[in-house]
Amino acid sequence: MALLEATNITKIFGGLTAVNDVTLTIEQGSIVSVIGPNGAGKTTFFNILTGIYKPDKGDVIFDGKPIGGLRPDQIAALGMRRTFQNIRLFHNMTVLENVLVGMHTHLHAPIWNIIMRSPSLRREEGRARDRSRELLRFVSLDNKRDELAKNLPYGDQRRLEIARALAGDPKLILLDEPTAGMNPNETMDATNLIRRLRDQLGVTVVLIEHDMRLVMTISERISVLDYGTKIAEGDGQVIRSNPRVIEAYLGKGAAGMAGHPPA
Amino acid sequence: MATSSPQTGGTGAWDRLSGLLGRGPGGYAFLSLYLLITSLTLLLNPRTSLLTDVIFILFLLLLLIVYRTRVHIGFKVALGVIALGVVLPYFGTLNPYYIDVATQAGIYVALALGLNVVVGFAGLLDLGYVAFYAVGAYIWSIFSTPQIGAMISGAVPVPNVWFYGFILVGLMIGGAFGVLLGLPVLRLRGDYLAIVTLGFGEVIRVLAENLDKPINITNGAQGIKDIARPPIFFSGALRAIGLRQLDDNQLYQFFFYFMVLVIVLITVMIVGRLKNSRIGRAWTAIREDETAAIAQGIPLVRMKLMAFGVGASFAGTMGVVFAAKQLFINPPTFDLLTSISILSMVILGGLGNIPGVILGAVLVTLLNLQILPRIAEILRSAKSAGVPIPQSFDPTQYQRLLFGLLLILMMIFRPEGILPEDRRRQELHEDEDEPSEESAGATA
Ligand SMILES: Nc1ncnc2c1ncn2[C@@H]1O[C@H](COP(=O)(O)OP(=O)(O)OP(=O)(O)O)[C@@H](O)[C@H]1O
Ligand SMILES: [Mg+2]
Repeated sequence: MALLEATNITKIFGGLTAVNDVTLTIEQGSIVSVIGPNGAGKTTFFNILTGIYKPDKGDVIFDGKPIGGLRPDQIAALGMRRTFQNIRLFHNMTVLENVLVGMHTHLHAPIWNIIMRSPSLRREEGRARDRSRELLRFVSLDNKRDELAKNLPYGDQRRLEIARALAGDPKLILLDEPTAGMNPNETMDATNLIRRLRDQLGVTVVLIEHDMRLVMTISERISVLDYGTKIAEGDGQVIRSNPRVIEAYLGKGAAGMAGHPPA
Repeated sequence: MATSSPQTGGTGAWDRLSGLLGRGPGGYAFLSLYLLITSLTLLLNPRTSLLTDVIFILFLLLLLIVYRTRVHIGFKVALGVIALGVVLPYFGTLNPYYIDVATQAGIYVALALGLNVVVGFAGLLDLGYVAFYAVGAYIWSIFSTPQIGAMISGAVPVPNVWFYGFILVGLMIGGAFGVLLGLPVLRLRGDYLAIVTLGFGEVIRVLAENLDKPINITNGAQGIKDIARPPIFFSGALRAIGLRQLDDNQLYQFFFYFMVLVIVLITVMIVGRLKNSRIGRAWTAIREDETAAIAQGIPLVRMKLMAFGVGASFAGTMGVVFAAKQLFINPPTFDLLTSISILSMVILGGLGNIPGVILGAVLVTLLNLQILPRIAEILRSAKSAGVPIPQSFDPTQYQRLLFGLLLILMMIFRPEGILPEDRRRQELHEDEDEPSEESAGATA
């Protein structure tokens, strides 16, 4: 069953067509990668899915509902969460608080109960804290829960962003370059974490990545964008041998080297 | 890296002091002795003078020390009750001036805490906050005086017992005006937001000044006088326990002191609970990064309006109390300078941090009402005693200048405020040597 169907998405900035007539279907429970050279429109595509940009053309159907007219917070509340290419944590909040903010759509205590500290509020807060710590354990950050987010090392910040996204119990999580800036060890941990998102939590994953080894090992489907256009789609094997992909990555004339994975 | 950076001097000293006091019975003995000594010297020296001012400040300082010391919470509460509930009011019977100062300080504490919701928690710079205070004050002033008859012919003032209900009316109307201001400025940030809120504050003041025609609503520049005070049900009981016979004015001084104290306590409780709730966390998230906040499903519009509304409701409430206490209000009471003064309390004390904001409000009030006028007075008497101060130099004129200088020095040497929010403490000292988020993202 398709969890997300984006059809004929086009986004134009001034004269620049950042995303050009892209159609993408994400099956429930899959891990899908979106790759492409710098400036290909990958992040813009994510921003359209999550409602930050309105597309100039095209529709997005998420979990059976058209979400084209919805605000980003409404889309997030429906269960589509994301991380950002240049990590956007709440820097001056603690690790635990960051995850608690991610749980916002699941907390409903009215203001009156908060002021009165009613038993139902205390139960809700208690549950939220327990759940947040569970998620922090899932990304191995529970021992740092009282640190300020900005004081975390880089790799931890990326994982905290994932924990925060998970706090909304998403059906779909969009990861924008989750291993950017990581060393090989950290990348391996991140790869495992992404797998566990799907295998243990049942979350469907779409990721933008430049690390081809990670992309090839983890994804069941890969879509390639180049200058805003989807130029190829398929599993690792298909993408690896597609001459247009190789050309996009290595430039004209490189297609003859088909068979070598673009690095 | 930030955790290992050396702490700023003041905070380190605090930590050492509270560590010293926290061990064993030393803290309890020190605090009890401190309270005893300051109380006694205060009560033995009730004349209004610079010395009394200093003792008064040392006396209030106890509360801050108690707050920062690790002693049993019950002991803290007991000291607080003795200091604010017994010693200070009793001192007030000896010298009513100081209880009035304390009441003023309390009013500003509540206002600063309200503004802190908007500026400190949600990060929305509001330069027109005094407008909501004005709205609350005018509501009670109009309805409790014959002014209501000037506005609606035939209408008579409400009975003064309605004051207690009007505290809630002030809260709701203040909140409603907060939302009203919030609506047009939702899309604005930073400087633009500050300018529009500043304009809003001025509009309310100018309206108060000019709405005496065609219908006389506010009585214009003349202001409204003879504002009703609420009936005091327990005056008999108060007189019975009072050590001397209290006249009506003194009774009302006590009444407003305790009323403000109660409102301040409730305000502290409410903002503290909000801060550590889903709502407070959402506000902080918006302050930190709007885009990331929306991506967590936080509805920006609703949460910002809520911040404006909640913050303004405290001002509306205090406006009602202020009008009844003051008996007379006019538009200049609610000028831009008051807004800026409240903002300076919030920033000086520690943006976002509740104890810091309380400290800032008390400090600025004492500075404005006591310390600066007193310094000016001393300089003046020194001048007339023959100290060579130029004839053209009038010390009273330079009070604001001194205050401004103090603010500038603070912002240079401790921009995060005296008692910064724990989360904020490092941030302002660090942005010089840390690469910004943008450049870190660009290299990725
Ligand atoms: N808000 C915007 N206004 C104008 N142009 C934009 C905007 N956002 C993106 N672009 C442009 O759209 C194009 C696609 O950008 P996008 O960030 O989507 O690329 P990307 O595939 O994510 O690249 P990278 O791998 O470098 O992250 C770029 O040329 C970029 O400059
Ligand atoms: Mg990108």
